[in-house]
Amino acid sequence: MKSLRSRYIRSALAAAGIGLFAGIALADEAPKYDVVDGGIPASLTGVAGNPENGKAAMLNRKGGNCLSCHAISALSDQPFHGEVGPTLDGAADRWSEAQLRLIVANSKAVFEDTIMPAFYRTEGLHRVADKFADKTILSAQEVEDVVAYLLTMKE
Amino acid sequence: MKKWTYAAAAIAIGGVVAAGAAAVSAEDKPMLTIDGETFTTHVKVPDDHPLAPEVISGWEYRTRETQALELDDFQNPAFLAVEQGEELWSAVDGSEGKSCESCHGDAAESMKGVRANMPRWNEAANKPWTLEEHINSCRKDRMGAEPWKWESSEMLGMTAYVGLQSRGMPMTVQTDGPMASWIEKGKELYYTRVGQLDMACANCHVDNYGKYIRADLLSQGNINGFPTYRLKWQGVGSLHRRFKGCMDQVRAKPYKRGSDEFVALEAYLASRGAGLSVETPAVRN
Repeated sequence: MKSLRSRYIRSALAAAGIGLFAGIALADEAPKYDVVDGGIPASLTGVAGNPENGKAAMLNRKGGNCLSCHAISALSDQPFHGEVGPTLDGAADRWSEAQLRLIVANSKAVFEDTIMPAFYRTEGLHRVADKFADKTILSAQEVEDVVAYLLTMKE
Repeated sequence: MKKWTYAAAAIAIGGVVAAGAAAVSAEDKPMLTIDGETFTTHVKVPDDHPLAPEVISGWEYRTRETQALELDDFQNPAFLAVEQGEELWSAVDGSEGKSCESCHGDAAESMKGVRANMPRWNEAANKPWTLEEHINSCRKDRMGAEPWKWESSEMLGMTAYVGLQSRGMPMTVQTDGPMASWIEKGKELYYTRVGQLDMACANCHVDNYGKYIRADLLSQGNINGFPTYRLKWQGVGSLHRRFKGCMDQVRAKPYKRGSDEFVALEAYLASRGAGLSVETPAVRN
């Protein structure tokens, strides 16, 4: 009986260990996607983006924090829109879904010298603080959500 | 004839309007004047300077309320640190029974101009020394006292007090000889992107000064006011603390205060901001 219980505990621990290992492996994996004609045509997750969640990710100062640099008329209830980047009003008129996905994931692939961070990239960065090492600013689903919100930006 | 009259009238009206506008803006825009002394907050620079056409003090980017705090030494909260520094100047410490005053006498005389050309090449150390390193070298080697920690209230008080003796003088760091390669190294760091946000100092302070990033108006990142009282800190802080703060914000691993990297950055920024008046201790937000 005793040995049975200990065997059960051991296998449970092993399962937890595998789970943990899988988690780490997932976090360490650099984001992968295919760039076609200046855009990322395929969804990063296969799950349709949710514009409301996208808006939340954009407002989050520890997330997208988009208002830091961009003004958005639809969010005029929020104070202090930045002036560093262009307004996002009409973004969906200017860019396709695939282009918006690449601009959010890695804007430097579109605008070489931009100040804009790459929100879904871990490679080619320098002196990243340990806390953020090998982590993307937004998750793949958050990128999809942000793109879904940006697609509502029509004038 | 009629046409000419209209044109002349238009020019005349235009002239009046322009003169009026100039008068209004000059009145509206305070000068940095402390105790009757007007400071240089704008320096015209040649086209090949990264901040052409002008180097502009961070004072110009602050709100009227924040500016006002620097205009009056009784309002300037950094003067609490200055007072501490002044007391420490004549306080005996260490095994040799000396104070700063024992060797340097009246700081108003002996320390005049010292802050204006920091960091300064030290032949024996074979590197530039910041004001902090000069102070700690005296404490260790001449006073036989414990060196102060970089961000201690004692060090901030002393750098504020010594810095004040150069207030109003133009920043004039040495740029030739052995300083040249340090300044070059600092420039390289200034333009190197770091952190998860992948930003270089220059992305904000060269490419986007004068623009709002959220509620903050980006300055050129000049260093003529340090150590400075920062409203966000609710206290006085060192230049290297400010460097670290920027690196934390872009989610980078910051260099250490007093590291070769930060000394090089300080040297570069001192040279880039040459001609601005020392404002130590300034007030910023």
